[in-house]
Amino acid sequence: MAGLAGSFLTGRNAADSLVSPLNPYAAPIAAEPNIKELAAVALDAAKSAGADYADVRFVRNRNQNVSTREQRVAGIADNETYGFGVRTLVNGSWGFAASRDLTREEVSRVAKQAVAQARANRSALVRPVVLAPAPVVANGVWKSPIEIEPFDVAIEDKVGLLLAANKAALAVKGARFVSSSMFFLREEKTFASTDGSFTFQVIYRTEPSMTVTATGNGDFATRQSVDVAPRGLGYEHVRDARLVENASRWADEAVQKLSAKSVDVGRYDLVLHPSHLWLTIHESVAHPTELDRAMGYEANYAGTSFVAPPEKVLGTLKYGSELMNIRGDRTQQGSLSACGWDDEGVQPEDFDIVKRGTFVDYHTTREQALWLDWYYKKRGIPTRSHGCSYAQTWAAVQFQRMPNVSLLPGDKDLGWDDLIAATDRGIAIIGDGSFSIDQQRYNAQFGGQVFYEIKGGKITGMLKDVAYQMRTPEFWGSLDMIGGAKSYHLGGAFGDAKGQPVQVNAVSHGAPVTRFRNVNVINTGRSA
Amino acid sequence: MTLRSLAISARYLSREECEAIAKRALSFASADETRVLITSSNVSNTRFAVNQISTGGDAFDSVVNVISKFGKRSGSASTNQLDDAGLRAAVQMSERVAKLSPEDPEAMPELGPQTYQPGVNWSDATASLDPASRATAVRRITEPAKAAGLVSTGFMEAITGAQAIANGKGLFAYNRSTASVLTTTVRTPDGTGSGWAGATHHDWSRIDAAALGARATAKARTSTNPVAIEPGRYTVVFEPTAVGNLVQFIARALNARAADEGRSFFSSPGGKNKIGQKVVDERVTITSDPFDPEVAGSPFSSDGLPTQRVVWIENGVVKNLDYDRYWAQKVGRAPTGAGGSIRMNGGSASLEDLIRSTQRGLLVTRFWYLRPVDQRTILYTGLTRDGTFLIENGKITKPVKNLRFNDSPIFMLNNLEAMGVPERVSASEGGEPGQAIVVPPLKVRDFNFTSLSDAV
Repeated sequence: MAGLAGSFLTGRNAADSLVSPLNPYAAPIAAEPNIKELAAVALDAAKSAGADYADVRFVRNRNQNVSTREQRVAGIADNETYGFGVRTLVNGSWGFAASRDLTREEVSRVAKQAVAQARANRSALVRPVVLAPAPVVANGVWKSPIEIEPFDVAIEDKVGLLLAANKAALAVKGARFVSSSMFFLREEKTFASTDGSFTFQVIYRTEPSMTVTATGNGDFATRQSVDVAPRGLGYEHVRDARLVENASRWADEAVQKLSAKSVDVGRYDLVLHPSHLWLTIHESVAHPTELDRAMGYEANYAGTSFVAPPEKVLGTLKYGSELMNIRGDRTQQGSLSACGWDDEGVQPEDFDIVKRGTFVDYHTTREQALWLDWYYKKRGIPTRSHGCSYAQTWAAVQFQRMPNVSLLPGDKDLGWDDLIAATDRGIAIIGDGSFSIDQQRYNAQFGGQVFYEIKGGKITGMLKDVAYQMRTPEFWGSLDMIGGAKSYHLGGAFGDAKGQPVQVNAVSHGAPVTRFRNVNVINTGRSA
Repeated sequence: MTLRSLAISARYLSREECEAIAKRALSFASADETRVLITSSNVSNTRFAVNQISTGGDAFDSVVNVISKFGKRSGSASTNQLDDAGLRAAVQMSERVAKLSPEDPEAMPELGPQTYQPGVNWSDATASLDPASRATAVRRITEPAKAAGLVSTGFMEAITGAQAIANGKGLFAYNRSTASVLTTTVRTPDGTGSGWAGATHHDWSRIDAAALGARATAKARTSTNPVAIEPGRYTVVFEPTAVGNLVQFIARALNARAADEGRSFFSSPGGKNKIGQKVVDERVTITSDPFDPEVAGSPFSSDGLPTQRVVWIENGVVKNLDYDRYWAQKVGRAPTGAGGSIRMNGGSASLEDLIRSTQRGLLVTRFWYLRPVDQRTILYTGLTRDGTFLIENGKITKPVKNLRFNDSPIFMLNNLEAMGVPERVSASEGGEPGQAIVVPPLKVRDFNFTSLSDAV
């Protein structure tokens, strides 16, 4: 399966003793506390206070954001946060407490606080939490497969690249404003549990981006560089994004949008580029197949799911056409969800979510896997977490978050041009734009960055004010052409929101080029 | 040390602690100008789902953000390691970044000492909440729901904290604040009915958990088995939460520079803006006031500027846009110092009065997944959720399926029929305390629904 990386676990290995990672900080940092010792303090304190199970995460998160507009720097910020969170299970009830203060006394206090909270939460207990078994990882080490450490690249070089890209954009006649930025994250995460697992991971994320605004005739139009997705990579991802080379094309397209033809409403065949479809997959497939949503746990914010209840849909719900094969993973190289172990120490596994158009599995954590014990027994496979536990920061409790969820390429070697050539009356869409979907993931509306009219197998011009409205199963049922592995592209975003308080997850979604038949297109343009 | 009530369990930094941290951080600085922002908070929450507490959290953090300036070069760095080594590292990183940065022609000098009004957004009741009292509040919703054979889900959060700003020119600002929110969604076990209710206030004692549970329960029961109606233009009675969901987008579009540069709804041709122009119905006035206890906010902004009451729209006419310090001096105006809250005026009608006066229309409880479609008109799309009903001959006659709209709060406030009594609403989709918003229920004609949703 070219394009979809099978397994990239070379970064994961067992280590007899933990070595401190290379210190990437040019400036001196606070003295390193002994994390292994503090982890033991946390777990011992939780156990002594009555916890049946406890885990602790120590997370040092450093991020840097460099942003520019036109020919000036809009801001440079370098942030670091370090702290820990202790999660406890007491008689089937969860508790969680966290603090920035990495002293033995505070670690012990916070662990006890988490136990006390679990006891308070038990007063409203109906169904006790039970965890599915997970193999113990005694000393695990994993690191994102980066080539260039982003925090070692001089800020002048970063600013210089962004200003050069801005200059290239503004050289295009009609392009009036441009903003560009780079964001880098490095996260050092230590996990320890009373089961005996202890892991250390260093995770990187990088996102270069640009927005060009063209103005004219009292109107304005923007083009965002969404075809360059954020990745779990280092500075090499900025290099490979070729911002300077791409800037004039994005600017050109912003200018063209001003004079593009406003779309006629109606039904069209849509040829969707993976830089667009990743978001449709995220909203209409990845979210509704989260088990906590299906079970009602997210009803107050993120919502429930039309893929429910599990006993009525697992193995039977027709999600889309036979060409639809969806897989969850945390292993694609450079993807945002990639890791060695999830936030409860489970090594993630690749798993099918939709197979030949039929729904076959949800994303799970240790708590949730047992909810589907009956189904896994029926299929004759072990009941285990798929490794989907994640917390945004040390200060937030971990819970089920989607892994990378991707549409697998088809068997035929079809590409973008083949799908256009096969389409008589359609619209081709590149890049994601406006998006909105209901709380059960039935009714969605998606815009895009650039739209082209297709007539008689050819692109005849640019369109604007395009958005398509869809009902999820009908939309995926209308998938009738799918590109091959060579057309596969990994999109994604940092901003996957779920939970209360809202936690943000970073996730990638891959897809080949695709065609969907007879989709309802509306015109979003109105005058004030 | 600031005197704290013994009952207050939440941790946050006192004025004296903030002063000491700022003094230490500034003592490490060698830049021409340095500003230190300190935020400390205790964020506590309890989540419930399927009539039981699912998770909770108590997190304590304090963060120091350092902004360094050498001439017109600036940089910033933040850390939550507040010992000397941590503070020194943050100052050095900030200065290193600043030295490497190109000159910013729009850089503004730091402000000198300012005079601030005392903040009014603190509540002992909120600061005293602990896991047990949060669980008690949650049970006021889960137990009646369970007894009624319904399924309750929800979220309660309390934030207790302090914010401080100091710079090398002697500016020092400090404010302690609280925030609390409780929202709940009650559903029928068969998934055919869903009702929502929520409230937020800096003072927890103003939130009635049992009443919210009862309101969500009533909506869950009356919303079962909704019928489909044709999408199209409808007269709509918006509950205050739904009005808050939309009106906040007008507040977010008030940036003066974007308006002057032709990138906003508030732009006028020729590089002008819409100040002085009538943009909505003349009955509409929108203000923000951080010292109004109902929509309290911070007495200062992040650059140390004192905040104040601002009239954005008065009798339908744009009175002010939001000027930051740079753009204000560039165009010869005073910086705005907006406090972030929103208050829209209303009328004397109750929600029931608005329903009674409607021949045929829809009642909308709240909106979901609101996303911008066209910045030129503040056009948004989104869906109704958790309580959408048909009104016929002045009465609610049946629940209807949820609908997607494509419309703008500007169009909405131009198509105004009637306004009710304003109230504080919880208008953030994520259920966090969010922006302080007081808005009335509204009756509006010709609101544009474009498709139906099967989601309950």
